[in-house]
Amino acid sequence: MAVQEDGTTPHIRGVFVARSEVMDSDDVRRALWRMAHEILEHNHGISNVALVGLQTGGVPLARKLAENLAEIEGSNIPVGYLDVAFYRDDIGLRPVSPREPTEIPFDLSDKTVVLVDDVLFTGRTIRAALDAVTDFGRPASVQLAVMVDRGHRELPIRPDFVGKNIPTRRDELVDVRENSVQIGEYKESNE
Amino acid sequence: MTSTKHVRGVDDLGKDSILEILELSNHFLEVSNRRIPKVPALRGKTVASLFFEDSTRTRLSFEKAAKRLSADVMNFSVSSSSVKKGESLRDTIETISSMGAEAIVVRHKSVGVPWMITEWTDASVVNAGDGAHEHPTQSLADCYTITRQFGSVEGKRIVIVGDIKHSRVARSNVKAFSALGAKVALVAPPTLLPSSVDNWPVDVIEDLDVAIKEADVLYLLRMQLERQKESLVPSLREYTNFYGLTLDRSQKLQKSSIIMHPGPMNRGVEITGDIPAFPNALITNQVGNGVIVRMAVLYHLLGSGVGLAGLHSEGEEDG
Repeated sequence: MAVQEDGTTPHIRGVFVARSEVMDSDDVRRALWRMAHEILEHNHGISNVALVGLQTGGVPLARKLAENLAEIEGSNIPVGYLDVAFYRDDIGLRPVSPREPTEIPFDLSDKTVVLVDDVLFTGRTIRAALDAVTDFGRPASVQLAVMVDRGHRELPIRPDFVGKNIPTRRDELVDVRENSVQIGEYKESNE
Repeated sequence: MTSTKHVRGVDDLGKDSILEILELSNHFLEVSNRRIPKVPALRGKTVASLFFEDSTRTRLSFEKAAKRLSADVMNFSVSSSSVKKGESLRDTIETISSMGAEAIVVRHKSVGVPWMITEWTDASVVNAGDGAHEHPTQSLADCYTITRQFGSVEGKRIVIVGDIKHSRVARSNVKAFSALGAKVALVAPPTLLPSSVDNWPVDVIEDLDVAIKEADVLYLLRMQLERQKESLVPSLREYTNFYGLTLDRSQKLQKSSIIMHPGPMNRGVEITGDIPAFPNALITNQVGNGVIVRMAVLYHLLGSGVGLAGLHSEGEEDG
């Protein structure tokens, strides 16, 4: 069984112990290909679309989606990266540290912004992301693309583009990589 | 994440926390460059600033930092306060705490005040300068400025010139620079070196013209004009001749070197001519970085949840 640190949702400091692989490398690739087509279909092209990947899990997915969109449409679209730590609603309740700096080098005003994240869980990260996005302009609309929707929403938020719906227990962890999606548990690290 | 409750001196942080704050500063640099340079991170928190000694730039810098984090700011102005009516420091601190403040930023002419007041309040205490002792957030701004320029403080030759003895900036910077692995040298008239300097992790170089050649960072201190009255230097002109950065002397700097000064400058004394406007003079960068590192300090103390270790494993994050 794969044992690895970090990269999981929720982010943990112990170790993630994978129990089962629910998507393999091909599944992830096909899902991202389909999602790119869905984004195109939904928005009638990409002329006004920008992708914003959430740090850190959404970033490689946003890059890959942008690649796919460029391949299908033959033109590039702007891609930004957003860290929502300073907008979270649990600051002061638990350690909240930003992961990687935000990088949105273009104006979001009047754009169709597609937020990209690895796992949709409680919806609180997306709530924070919606607040953050409005500090960068007034988008024409905001959509949400996630690789995995694992349920357990605590806010009225739903995704527009989903790689795979995976029912989970609350205490499970979902780890999304470019070549796999695994479900597992958190184990206290012995360090 | 290291655990820090106060930033009274550089030793409250140590190398790991300094590096964490510098890393966090990158995030706040990005925030500061936004169209709306403000985040809701410290909504509902109160930062009280108590300046028992005059300072405009440091007070404004903290105020700006707190406001960019959406914290509330309480300014306690000594000249119009109950201190004038004879209120004790302890009563002042207890009053501010009772009103509710998560952080107290304090500047005081007496050494050790930031340490003493932690006995009387649950708030995090940030030292904005205590006598000639410490000024840790200035050091963080300087470390960040150097890091932005060279990628790291480690291994850099930093030459600090001027009134070391009366300078809290020098004391904090010697600690912070050497904690991060810089090679620090001091250049000063013997009368302006502290007697304890033998125990500091520094080289003392007598001749600025020698020291300047190997400097990656030339750090000039403010020459306080009253030192002449105390007969610690024969005259300001002589000080400038031996220890000031004149145009001639600036030619001896390496091309890649930078010039720093914590401000306010005495133009014509420790720095002359147009040098402050040179491209390698990063004095205004230091001011801008001051706001950014103070955001990082306040977030580190009040927002990052240090001291809450162990509460993170309940699966509350993300989604």
